[in-house]
Amino acid sequence: MGKTITEKIFDAHLKDEPFSGTKVLALDVVMCHEITTPVAIADLQWRNKDRVFDPSKIKAVIDHVTPAKDSKSAMQGKILRDWAKRHNIRDFFDIGENGVCHAIFPEKGFIRPGNTVIMGDSHTCTHGAFGAFAAGVGTTDLEVGILKGVCAFRLPKSILVNINGKLNRGVYAKDVILEVIRRLTVNGATDHVIEFRGKTVSDMSMEERMTLCNMAIEAGGTSGLCMPDQKTVEYLWQFISNDYKDQADALADFEKWHSDPDAEYDRILEIDISDLEPVVTVGYKPDQVKKVADVSDVKIDQVYIGSCTNGRISDIREAAAIVKGTRLSSGVRGILSPATPKVYMQALKEGLIEIFMEAGYCVANPTCGACLGMSTGVLAEGEVCVSTTNRNFNGRMGKGGMVHLASPATAAASGITGHLTDPRTLIK
Amino acid sequence: MKTFGGPVLFLDRSDINTDEIIPAKYLTEVKKDALKPYLLEDLVLDGFEPDGSWRGSAKVIVTRANFGCGSSREHAPWALEVNDITCVIAENFARIFRQNMFNGGMLAIELPCEVINEIFALSKHGDIICNIDSDKKKLEFLWEGGSKKIDFDLTEFDNALVKAGGWVEFADARY
Ligand code: SF4
Repeated sequence: MGKTITEKIFDAHLKDEPFSGTKVLALDVVMCHEITTPVAIADLQWRNKDRVFDPSKIKAVIDHVTPAKDSKSAMQGKILRDWAKRHNIRDFFDIGENGVCHAIFPEKGFIRPGNTVIMGDSHTCTHGAFGAFAAGVGTTDLEVGILKGVCAFRLPKSILVNINGKLNRGVYAKDVILEVIRRLTVNGATDHVIEFRGKTVSDMSMEERMTLCNMAIEAGGTSGLCMPDQKTVEYLWQFISNDYKDQADALADFEKWHSDPDAEYDRILEIDISDLEPVVTVGYKPDQVKKVADVSDVKIDQVYIGSCTNGRISDIREAAAIVKGTRLSSGVRGILSPATPKVYMQALKEGLIEIFMEAGYCVANPTCGACLGMSTGVLAEGEVCVSTTNRNFNGRMGKGGMVHLASPATAAASGITGHLTDPRTLIK
Repeated sequence: MKTFGGPVLFLDRSDINTDEIIPAKYLTEVKKDALKPYLLEDLVLDGFEPDGSWRGSAKVIVTRANFGCGSSREHAPWALEVNDITCVIAENFARIFRQNMFNGGMLAIELPCEVINEIFALSKHGDIICNIDSDKKKLEFLWEGGSKKIDFDLTEFDNALVKAGGWVEFADARY
């Protein structure tokens, strides 16, 4: 019987099986941010174990609340900064060069096909876009990852989501993943990984694949994975050109991770997205998904464009195409947070920042900010935001606020009209 | 090893997420104890008093499916722990939350839907106490005038983590 990509990665990294079914994997990358890591550092110090297994495999960033908003968040940043220095962690990104973790780490080329990756952050599944097994973990798992370079998992079963069909105008990767979550439900993929395959996925750019994989956790998935292909090679080429003879050589190496044709799946979901329309969440759960056109009476107070889901350059271009030459509807606040400094600078070069500012947007620095209701656009009680982020939980963006998750195009279009708006009605 | 068992708090809803268990605005706390007053502050549940009047009178939570979904924050099990709640019983859990419970030496017990329904039905008797024997894998629910025993299952790994008092000690001794 053939193997899935996940089984191949588990086999290649298996370090121990202390009990039947418990797989302890060697880790290639351990990623850290300032919310969940300081507690791990404090605990390691308390246990007299303030060590790291391999500083070159640890990547760290201050991203959730940056610049610090108060003395407590400043202390979290300081703990991470001092620790990175103490242990000679070179890949540490502080203010001025920091961006949202799941946007900046791929941009730096840190994730490769076949890697095992953990982070104290549930959206670590994003990095599965490179054909890696990337899982969010809690602080204790992170702590052991930092100390020993290992993490324990039960081998997750796999769900194959086969996506075919051509995306309609105004429909994007974000609409596709919301539709997948609607079908799987919020715990339909618990203890599973989701393999995203099919023609639609192979046609997608790496950025679009990251948007897909980013929200695997919203269906409960341990990781979302795409098969590494020529697009993966091209994206990573500037980082790997010394390791391979040519791109064909790299591709052949990457393809060894592909799931075998006779691999076994716990479930196969076939989705034809040819008829998919722009969608949006309405409610406090990410699987409560409706056609934007059916809920266009919902008024909004704020538009938020950014985050690890949709804060990359392609997202900003997509929104800018709609925002260009318009103004935010009176009474609607617009916030744009490019996910990394590189994205920000590229948007500046292309004149996109100007488009948003002329439309009345506040352009914030790269940070998680309002996505988790910590800074940079928290809602007041009773307010409504259309957001390109990934969670609409009650209170997520501020106590008593309502978040509607949507694509950058839908968010941008809604900002112009003041209510949820199908972007196709405004696409020029 | 931690101690388990005591009065039960029933949370009759599925998909209770970690933002509801402990909102993100408290994540700047580096000490576990600081989380204590904020447990379940944003929980949306009919009949649940978010004023915290239930606090201190519960050691075990019984709830429905997919408890602990959403953010990976281990602050969620910690917020339970500092409130002396060391065991959650549910139909199933989000993976990260479940692992976080055992990694901290706490119990996340999964029981089939029918059994969870039976336990919820007990709440009509008034206050319920749940005794837990993690070695024998037995639960005993007690109320005035009655009791009910239920078996549960733990993997060997979960059991080892509960005995070792968590994953850090287990892993450091072994790797
Ligand atoms: S942008 Fe939002 S979802 Fe992404 S890592 Fe930051 S807080 Fe988490």
